[in-house]
Formats: sequence, C-alpha cells, structure tokens
Amino acid sequence: MFKSNIPEGPMDKKWEEYKGHVKLVNPANKRSLEIIIIGTGLAGASAAASLGELGYKVKAFCFQDSPRRAHSIAAQGGINAAKNYQNDGDSVFRLFYDTVKGGDYRSREANVHRLAEVSASIIDQCVAQGVPFAREYGGLLSNRSFGGTQVQRTFYAAGQTGQQLLIGAYQALERQVALGNVEMYARHEMLEIVMVDGKARGIIARNLITGGLERHFGHAVLLCSGGYGNVFYLSTNAMGSNVTAAWKAHKRGAYFGNPCFTQIHPTCIPVTGDHQSKLTLMSESLRNDGRIWVPKQKNDPRKANEIPQEERDYYLERRYPAFGNLVPRDVASRAAKERCDAGYGVGTSKQAVYLDFASAIERYGKIECRKHGIDNPSAEDVRKLGMDVVKEKYGNLFDMYAKITGEDPYTTPMRIYPAVHYTMGGLWVDYELMTSVPGLYALGEANFSDHGANRLGASALMQGLADGYFVIPYTIGNYLAGEIRTAPIPTSHPAFETAEQEVAARLQKLKTINGTQSPESFHKRLGKIMWDKCGMARNEAGLKEAIEEIRALKAEFWRDLRVTGEINELNPELDKAGRVADFIELGELMCMDALQRRESCGGHFREEMQTEDGEAKRDDDNFSFVAAWEYKGDSSWELHKEKLDFEVVHPTQRSYK
Amino acid sequence: MEHYTMNLTLKVWRQKNKKDRGGFETYSVSDISSEMSFLEMFDVLNERLVKEGKEPIAFDHDCREGICGMCSMYINGRPHGPWEGTTTCQLHMRAFRDGDTIVVEPWRANAFPVVKDLVVDRSAFDRIIQAGGYISVNTGNAVDANAIPIEKNSADTAFAAAACIGCGACVAACKNSSALLFLSAKVSHLALLPQGNPERKTRVVDMIAQMDKEGFGSCTATGACEAVCPKEISITNIARLNAEYGRSGLTADK
Repeated sequence: MFKSNIPEGPMDKKWEEYKGHVKLVNPANKRSLEIIIIGTGLAGASAAASLGELGYKVKAFCFQDSPRRAHSIAAQGGINAAKNYQNDGDSVFRLFYDTVKGGDYRSREANVHRLAEVSASIIDQCVAQGVPFAREYGGLLSNRSFGGTQVQRTFYAAGQTGQQLLIGAYQALERQVALGNVEMYARHEMLEIVMVDGKARGIIARNLITGGLERHFGHAVLLCSGGYGNVFYLSTNAMGSNVTAAWKAHKRGAYFGNPCFTQIHPTCIPVTGDHQSKLTLMSESLRNDGRIWVPKQKNDPRKANEIPQEERDYYLERRYPAFGNLVPRDVASRAAKERCDAGYGVGTSKQAVYLDFASAIERYGKIECRKHGIDNPSAEDVRKLGMDVVKEKYGNLFDMYAKITGEDPYTTPMRIYPAVHYTMGGLWVDYELMTSVPGLYALGEANFSDHGANRLGASALMQGLADGYFVIPYTIGNYLAGEIRTAPIPTSHPAFETAEQEVAARLQKLKTINGTQSPESFHKRLGKIMWDKCGMARNEAGLKEAIEEIRALKAEFWRDLRVTGEINELNPELDKAGRVADFIELGELMCMDALQRRESCGGHFREEMQTEDGEAKRDDDNFSFVAAWEYKGDSSWELHKEKLDFEVVHPTQRSYK
Repeated sequence: MEHYTMNLTLKVWRQKNKKDRGGFETYSVSDISSEMSFLEMFDVLNERLVKEGKEPIAFDHDCREGICGMCSMYINGRPHGPWEGTTTCQLHMRAFRDGDTIVVEPWRANAFPVVKDLVVDRSAFDRIIQAGGYISVNTGNAVDANAIPIEKNSADTAFAAAACIGCGACVAACKNSSALLFLSAKVSHLALLPQGNPERKTRVVDMIAQMDKEGFGSCTATGACEAVCPKEISITNIARLNAEYGRSGLTADK
C-alpha cells in the first residue's frame, strides 16, 4: 500500500478531476458506516463535524476533559489563505509555491497544491461559524504577513487565532453530538489499533477516569492526534501532547514519514532552569513589527536599553536584506543559535536574543499622531499612541511574556530563543490521506504530507482544517464506498480480544516493574539526548551516540520505572509512563532518520552539509525523497523511499537574501 | 527581575475518587524558585512524592500557556490564585514569599463533581454548548468571508466574549455556583455577529434550560465571576444575555 496515488493531469486540475470521479456513498449507506476519530484538535474536530454532517456515524476520542482543549487552541498568529483580499499579488499558485519552497522541496507537490486550493474555503467556513477574525473599520477582514512570504495572506484573531478556530470547529462538533451523529469520548486514550483481515477496524481505548479498557469498532479509523514535539521533553506543545496513537498505528504497519523533520521555532521564551516543564511560544507575528538583535560586542554586560543603535547587530536584517526579520523559521532559528554560540547571546543564560518593539512603537505612534491631527507631538505622545496600537495587535502575547518573565516588554526588549514547536514528519499518507494500512487515515500534524522539511507560519491551522473540512469528506468516500456491505464487526471478534489482552498486559508490565525512577525523569533524560544530538544541528557522530544512549535508556526504563497508583483508576503517572515508552522508541527512529539523511534541508541541519556562509545545503540528487519507515520489530526498521517529483516548482537553492 | 527561593507549606485537598470524603494533607516544599510556575512547583512536589513511593497529587493541566482552560486550582480561596486575569498555569511563584502557607482545593460546585484530588468533571459545559452554543452551518454552506461586512466594534466585542476558555473559574467563585458568565460569553459571542442572528432566540433559551438541568445555581449579580475570570470576560455579557433572553420571550413565534 505504498503508493502515493496522485491523480493524473496538470497540477492545478488534479483535485478537481479527483473530486469529479471519486466514488460516492449514498446518504442511506452513510448511516450504516462507522468512523472512529482520534483527537479533537482542528483536524479531528473539523473531520468529526463534517463527517457527522454528511451522515456517517462518528465516534470521536480525546484524552483531555473536553474536545475544546486540544492543543490547536494554543496557536497564536494566524491562518493563511489565498484570498488576495489585499490585492498584493497573492494567488493559489503563490501560496502553493511559497509552501513548497518554504518546505525546502521535501513535500509532495500535489498535496500542497490541494491545500492552497481549499485554503480560501476554510476562511469562508470559519466566518460562517462565527469565528471573530480581526477586521478593518470598513467591516472587512484584516490580514497580516508572516515569515517566508511577501504577501499579506494571514487571517488572525489577535494572538488567539488557534483558539477561535478550534472553538468554531468544537461548536460544529458539539452540534453533531447534539444531533446524535457524533458520540464523544473525552478523557479516553487510544492504546491500540485493531486489525481485521489487513484493514483497520477499530481501536482499544482506555477510559482515563476508570482505567477500564474499551473496544470500539469502525469501518475506518482517522488519526488526528497531532505532532510529537514532546519527544524533546521541552517544547511548545501541551503537556499531554504525545505520539502514542500514531506510534501504535506505526507498530501495526503504518509507515512513519520523515520522522527527523522537526520545526524549531525561533521566538520562544528562554529556559530559566531545571524546573522548566514546557516552553512558551511568542507568535511569529511579532516578527512583523519586532526587530531581532544582539549586541555587537561579545558578552556585553549592559542592559538592552543602554546599548546605542550603532552598537546593535540586527543580524537578520544584515544577513537577509530581502526578507529581514521575516525569514522562515528554520533560517531565523539557526541564525539565533549561530549568534549565541559565537558568544553574543543576552540574558543570564546567554542563550537568548532580543526582540525589540521600540521602532514599531515609534512608527505606529507617528501614524496615530497624524491620524489624530497632533502636530509637533512630543516623544511621550508618540510613545503612548504607538503603545496602544502595539497593545491592540499583540496585547495578549505581551501580557503572557510579562507574566512568565516578570519583565515589561513594552519598555524592555523581549528575550527569546528557539524551541521545538512542530513536527513536519508524521505518519506517511497517500494523496487521500490514507496511511499504508488500509482504512487507517492520518490528518493534520499527525501526517507528514504538506510541509516538507520546514513549515511556514500560519500554515498548520490551514492544513488541519483543510484535511478535516475539505479533504477527508471527499477522499474517505472512495474507501467506504467499497465497505457498504461490511456489517459492523462485533467487538467480541478475536482480533479485539487479542488486542485488548495485549494492551492490558503492557499496562500491567508498566505498573509492575516496581523500580525507582518516575516516568517524568526518563522523559527529561530522553529530551536532553534529543535536544543535544538531534536538535537544531545534527552530525553523524552525535546521532550515532544518541542512538546508543536511547537504547540504553530504553533498557533502563523497562528495568527501573516506578508507576505509583493503580491501573483501574485515574492515574496520570501510568498515562505518562505509556507515552514516555513510545517517545523513547520514536526518538531512536528520529535519530536513524536524521542519520540517513546526509543533507541539510529546512529544519534538518546536518553540520557536515552546509554552504560556506553557513546555510543549509540540500542534496537533491540523493535525497529528493520521503523517508517512509516500516516497523520491523524492536529497534528495527526498513526504509522505503517515495521519490519526490517536482513538476511545477523546480528546486533551487532556497534564498531569502 | 530579582529571583529568590522560598520554603512553603502547602495544604492540598486529597480525595481518592468521587465517593471518597476527601480532606486536606499538609506538605512542605523547599528551595522553590520564584521563576517557577505554580504548576512546576506541583511537579517538584509530585516528583518527590513518587520518589517516596507515595501517590502524587492529581491535577488537570495541559497547554500551560493559559489558553486551553484545563488547569483549575482554587488557591487561597480564589480560583486560579492571586493574580488577576491569570490561569493557574500562568501564575508564577514570585506571587509568594518565603514561609507562606498556600491552600489548594478543587473547583467546588454540584455541577462539577470531584473526580480525584484537584480534578473535577466539567462535562456540563460541553452539554450546555450542545444545547445551542453554535451556528448551524454545515461545511461547504458558507458564502465568501467578506460578503457580510461586520462593524469592527461588534467583531471586537464578539471576540472579547469568545476569548472564554471554559475553565469554570466563574462557577467556582460564585456563591451560587452559577454558570451564567460562561453561558453569557457564548451567547454574546454569537448574538453580536450577523451569522449568529438566525438562531438567536432559541439559542439563549435552550442553553439556559440546559444550565438549569445541570444543577448550576442562579445569578445574583455579585460579580465574583468577573473578578476571577482569567480571560477577564466582562459581566456586561450577563446583561446582554438577560436582554437576549427577554427579547426571546417577548418576540417568540410560538
């Protein structure tokens, strides 16, 4: 089942042609087809709502106490769409082009083109649901720009765009719950895929309140379980974000695509100490107005405001004049690391750079003074009015920064440093979003398909909703049309029996190791290995060491883990133990993938492969493929390669200069 | 910003499960950095409990950036603790001083039964949304996003109401355990937008009926909800909800 199934025809006609000829399921048959959805973020909630509306019988699962809490909610900056409302030259082609280029030519063109095509409908749908996007005084929608693009195509709701989009999808989902089309299972965790005759036919889920195992049948199973950035322990992901659902699918035969492609986001609040449990992102939208700099003098002891303009190095503006502070995330992150490693970092840890709003406050202040007819304004007037504008645009982000650091970003530049944020890799899927297991799909961040080796800002929300609202409702029919004669398989079937027994045995094993170390402590150690050796910069020796260290950690985990509490009750320690066990296995695969990819592309930077001025050096002759890993048993995988053909956007050295 | 460390006494509500009576347990924690978040302080305590072979304290949390609405601790008699406009996960330890005693309890309301320790069941909020907290528009039904201009003020006010994270602090703070601030935020969000107009009358009535059914109390306009709301949802939303409810009653078709 390792075929990309890209439709024939020219790039801009593929999706239309596909939709015109794909098999349909009539409404009466839809009522007897059951679909299981894991995860209720943007991809899961939008898919559950849309499929429920179509008449399928849907069961949706999330580990949180409510579907509204999925981590899509934390996305700040915005969502891209090729609306060209700003008349600045945007189009479906441009969005497609920017995304393929931004992904450093490691994504599948046909999928990306479809994403760009449906992007505009997403905005329409969200507005119809009542998503309160930012508007201009004329009552029409406002846009802003984001990294890696030269047009304004990002729609936003202050710094809470993810929240507003998720609430929209959540409301649509709850409406289907009320109508009886979707059954919602909150505080449930999927722990196994049930396979019958080579097809995904259901899941084993654990009720996290009672600890009891449940069997659920589905004609198809959709994994919308998000990314795996928490393999690094510290990331901008939620504490509960995990790879478990995707990993169980992987071990049942779903190939894992490009696991080493990780996005390190350039603007996060720096680590303060060993107690740190997670990192907080400061939206990329801040780079619209904020300027990034470090002192020109190494180890400069002065406070930021005491350093005069001429002694500041605005290194992004210096190195990348065409895009300046709006270079893509991978480029900005590496540039920050380069400066800090060279000894120019700021703050107590010296692992931070400044993000400064002083010029933006002044620029906006002057505009406001003109608007209000204030001639010869004082510096104080300018500052005050400018601050109001910045507050309206980014107020919640500034507040968050102040709460976490205790510093006022309106008067002192923010200190920021890169942190793990998103994983472009994920379950390998074909054009229809089906994994290599028939009947098992992956949507949103859980799949690998659209972002290549680097995701552009404001594109994750777009992809999650594209997959859920506008792709899966069409493509799933092509599979389910062949299933209309499949009666629901009773969960007393031996396949369910065996799967449940295996899950129970594993829980029992985790609980009865009776060692001395907590799941959390293993997670921290794994994270450190991953960050040091498979993080922003990677090299052969380090990756080989990391693989050995992870294997040793795995052995220690299964020998010395301590899980308190009981299996049959609410037990966050047990939940965590299972997730950490899966992260450890994934970590090994990520290092193997990073090791085999002897090129630098996007977020994957191999130190051996760089240009003279330190930019990523791709190797298209040897690595223009998707690495799809097949699980073969403990610490054993087989690499399959899906060759990437670029019919439209021809790979060139990515330049933002 | 000057950083410091502190030693604290914690009195934390422990309750094995829904049926257990529960009670306070006292813990001392030392060398807590003022840079830690409140939940990181709990992580430190929990790691210690695990090391001692004791069961750690169960609490709800997820995003730890103040937006998912999952964290829910009643700290020193106030939902989410002493800072205004702040969730528990964003509360940082510099809010406290060396030697402080901190009392931590779960949300307390009949409609939010305790599941374990500091974890409560807030599924009643989902059911209130199911009763009408949405706009009935199937995927694919939408017209162009700019087809209906929306006055910036209305859009901004709708957004301010839609910022509700559904954490339930309003209910926990209310002496009557009323959910009216939560409900009014949703009613306002949708009533202020032209897209929400067609279902305005039924939405507010159905949602309030569901709220009553869930066992939340009535609103006596004390304002405690607004005072503790981490997203600073305004109590004027309740006034708008009352107007919507009245309007619905006076103009109902049936």
